[in-house]
This record gives sequence, C-alpha cells and structure tokens, in this order.
Amino acid sequence: MLEIKDIEKLATLARIKLTDKEKTSILNEIDPILGYVAQLKEISGKMSDSKKAGEHRNVTRLDEDKTKSGFHTKALIDEMPDSENNYLKVKKIL
Amino acid sequence: MNIDLKNLTITKAHDSLMKGDYTAVDLVQAYLNEIKKKDNEIHAYLEVYADVLDQAKKADEIIKSGKAGLLTGIPISIKDNILIKGRKVSAGSKILENYTATYDATVIEKLKKEGVVFLGRTNMDEFAMGGSTENSAYGPTKNPIDTERVPGGSSGGAVASVASNEALAALGSDTGGSIRQPASFCGLVGLKTTYGMISRYGLMAMGSSLDQIGPIAKTVEDTEILFNVIKGNDSKDSTSLKIFPRKEKTDAKKIKMKIGVPYDFLKVDGIDKDVLSSFKESIEKLQKLGHEIVKIELPNLKYSLAVYYVIVPAEVSSNMARYDGMRFGKKVSGENGIEDYFLSREKGLGKEVKRRIILGTYVLSAGYYDAYYNKANLVRGLIRDDYKKAFEKVDVIITPTAPNVAFKIGEKVSDPLQMYLEDIFTVPINLAGVPAISVPSGFKTINGKKMPIGLQFVANHSCENVLFEISKNFLCE
Repeated sequence: MLEIKDIEKLATLARIKLTDKEKTSILNEIDPILGYVAQLKEISGKMSDSKKAGEHRNVTRLDEDKTKSGFHTKALIDEMPDSENNYLKVKKIL
Repeated sequence: MNIDLKNLTITKAHDSLMKGDYTAVDLVQAYLNEIKKKDNEIHAYLEVYADVLDQAKKADEIIKSGKAGLLTGIPISIKDNILIKGRKVSAGSKILENYTATYDATVIEKLKKEGVVFLGRTNMDEFAMGGSTENSAYGPTKNPIDTERVPGGSSGGAVASVASNEALAALGSDTGGSIRQPASFCGLVGLKTTYGMISRYGLMAMGSSLDQIGPIAKTVEDTEILFNVIKGNDSKDSTSLKIFPRKEKTDAKKIKMKIGVPYDFLKVDGIDKDVLSSFKESIEKLQKLGHEIVKIELPNLKYSLAVYYVIVPAEVSSNMARYDGMRFGKKVSGENGIEDYFLSREKGLGKEVKRRIILGTYVLSAGYYDAYYNKANLVRGLIRDDYKKAFEKVDVIITPTAPNVAFKIGEKVSDPLQMYLEDIFTVPINLAGVPAISVPSGFKTINGKKMPIGLQFVANHSCENVLFEISKNFLCE
C-alpha cells in the first residue's frame, strides 16, 4: 500500500506540484491499478530473462547536419516562453 | 450545390472532381457548412483552419492542370497531435495551448504532395491518454449517433468528424486502441498498422514502443487509399520499417482464409452480451462467405492490460518530461528555475496525464523496476510469441473491437481502472506490434438509438493487405 508521502516523493521526482486533493485522489486510484498489474508476478516467476519483447537492433545514420545553419532558428525561438538576443532565457541557477 | 456527403467516399469524390460535377471548393464548402451546423454540439474540432478554401482553390488548380491524384482536393481532418508546420497543435493539452508546429510530420508532407485539403485539427484525450475524449483539456467530444454518449478515444474528435460528415476521412493515432475503439463506437473503419509501417516523425509521442498513426474512413477502400499514401520507410524515424515483401505470408487474394477465434479470451469479465451475439453472427457470416473458422489459443493475452498499464505509464513519464515550460509551451513562473518546472506542469497538465506520470515514475523507480517494468517486458514477449504461433496456423484472427458499445459521457470518469478495461481487445495488438482493422459489424439498440458494434481483424506483421482483403469481403465492398 502506498501512502500520501510516497505520492509526494514521486511528484517531486516527476517535478509536478500536486494539491492535497490531487494527492489523495491519485493515491486512491493508483492502488487498485497496482493491485491489478500485480498479476504479472504470478506468471513471470516461471520465465527466464531471455524472453524479452521485440528484437532490438541498432539503427544508425551518418552524423551529418543536412539543415543549413539558422534555418529553424526563428521558428524555434518564437516558441520559447522567454528569450533574449536569440538565447533561451532561464532563471539564475547558481 | 447539393453533395450527398453521407454516402460520399474518397473514390466517389475523386471521380466527381475529375468529371467536374463539382470543384474542390464546392466540396470543401459543403463540409464547412456541416461543421458550422453541427460542430457546436459535437465538438469534433479544436480548430477549423481559416485557409481551408484557399487550400481547395490550390487543389482545383492541380485538378485543372491534369496532375491530380486520388487524394487531390479531398477534405481530411487531422488529430491534434500530428504536426503541420505553422499551424497550432496542442495534443488536447493546456500546456501546448499556444504552441505552433515548427515542421511538418512526414505523413503531412506526403498528404500535402497529394494536394489534400486539411480542414482542421480534431479533439482528443490529452496527449492521447484515454478512451473517451473526456480527458481533453478543451471539453469532451460527443458521439454523433447519440450525443449523450462518448465517441470513444483517444481519436474521438477524428472519428466524430467523419461520422458526422464534417470530414471525408481522418488521421488519428493508436497506442492501445485509440483509432479502432472510436471507429467501433461510431460505426466507421479504423486501421492500426504494423509497428513501424507509418513514420511517426512529427507525431507527439505517448507510448513510444506502441504509438502508430493510422487512417479513419467510412469504407475499407478509403482506408486503404490513405494507408498507401502515408506508409513507408522514413530515415527521420528510427523505428520505421524497411518493408520487405513477405510473399509467403501475403497471399491475400486467396478466397478462402483460415480465421482464428480465441474463444477462451472472449470469456473476459464485462463483455456485453449483445456484443458477443453480434460477434457470433459475424463468425457465421464469415463461414457463409466460405472461410474456415479455427479455434486458437492465445493463453497470455489475458495479461495484456497488466503489461500495458505498466509499459505505458513508464514511457509516458519519460516522454512527458519535455513539457517543462522552458523551451516551448506554457510557462508558469515561480520563485526560481526549479519551481518554474513544478508550476508549469501543475497548471499545464491534466489529471490523467499526472496520474500516468506518477505511476510511471513509480514503476521505473529503483526497487520496483524489476518487479514491474522488467516483468511487463518479459510477459510482452510471451504475448508476441502467442501471435507468432497462432499465425503459423491461421491467416487472420478476429475478436470484437471493444467489449461494450459507446458508454455515456461521465459514466466511467471516476474509475480509471474500469476505463482501462475497455481496451482489453485492442491493447494486445499494440503490444505485439501486429496490424489490426476495426470494421462495423452490427448494432445494439438502446432507447431507439442504434449504437454500432465493431469487429476487429488482426493479421501478422506487415500483412495489412490481408486485412483489407478479408474486411472488404466481410463488408461486401
């Protein structure tokens, strides 16, 4: 069983502020979901790790930049919430 | 100009445009009129583009020049998570309320080359998380057949736009049934393609190992036309398949198919008895058409939802990390940099998104990773193997698309687990990466309203042609 403080810790890890009401409702909803997915434990005890889904393979491409420098700059900067002289503006970190 | 939009298909519209019965401008105006008349109530669209008639004029020029393709001048709606350069796109979320796409998705590029007319962007569950379109930050879409009911989701707006004749066809996306289930709820055809068949460059990611873009239309033929235009390898999407012809598996032209029915899997709780009896009628119809019904076993499919609701939140919590109010999207300013993150995400993201991020953070955290995420991936492998074995014996597998017909708006909002259980028949397909199509197969009459029931055909990897062939045969197209 999870507790409110677990939800608070997860929310901090996920960088989301939750109201007290949201914390309670997420707690009440997540518990049955975790209870439901716990059925995975009953089956997977019998399996070895070699049974992973999908055949993973590397997909590579040449490390080249086909876009002309500055081509997307204006469009991207226009989407920034805060910018100055073509730089993304953020608050002081140190 | 009176155009019979109800019975219009892409091929019929194309013929009329070529013959000059009407112009693309006339056609598009007819759809705009329907939108004006109905969309206040249905709410299929989040935005109808202001330049729709200009796009149609351009299409008319292409037609005049004799260079028109099948899709030139065809009015299509686009789900709000697919990017069109210079146009707003929000994924049904407040965090992207004023976001403008900076590039074209590959599917959009392909449709632009054909001279398609983009009518607008359609409503959806926020970031495609949901099965009813009630999770949109901009209010729910209503089912055009009964406006007290949901159209399904997450591509609910896309499907409602076609079902209400506010678009001729639509593009949606499907992570666990988000094209097929709403298609089933609104009596349309919806296709989830083989994982990697259609480029996802320019589709906002939700569950990256599951997401696929796909077409929604009134007929299998229209679905196939759209599929043929948007499919194909794309170097901009590393999960995109290089398509090799699979001759031994793609003998779609054969008249008699072996159709597998996983009878044990149909015994899940909560399946409506009318859906089951309609399914039995579909089996009989397929037998009458000369196909052979084979009982098959897919013993691990019963774990599909448990696998899905571990893998999806895990992938969601990673994919949603980019929405932090820094580089694009909504920013809510706090005391310092880190508080900007917390506040922007608090104000910008909705309840279901937050719930999945928290759940995903939990299943990926140290100490639980093995118990949940790793186990889920192992069982996912078993589900894939189930299909692999089944397709050694049969050409195609059938199940209902959804265990119930469209439910009432608000009916399941308070119980997310109940909402998740609605995905039981669609989710395993995404986990295995195989293609599936939902086609209308019957009705359940409730209070005088004929609510559609869908039948789902599933084929082996890269065997979309088998799906088109059998479903056309089934619908006598």
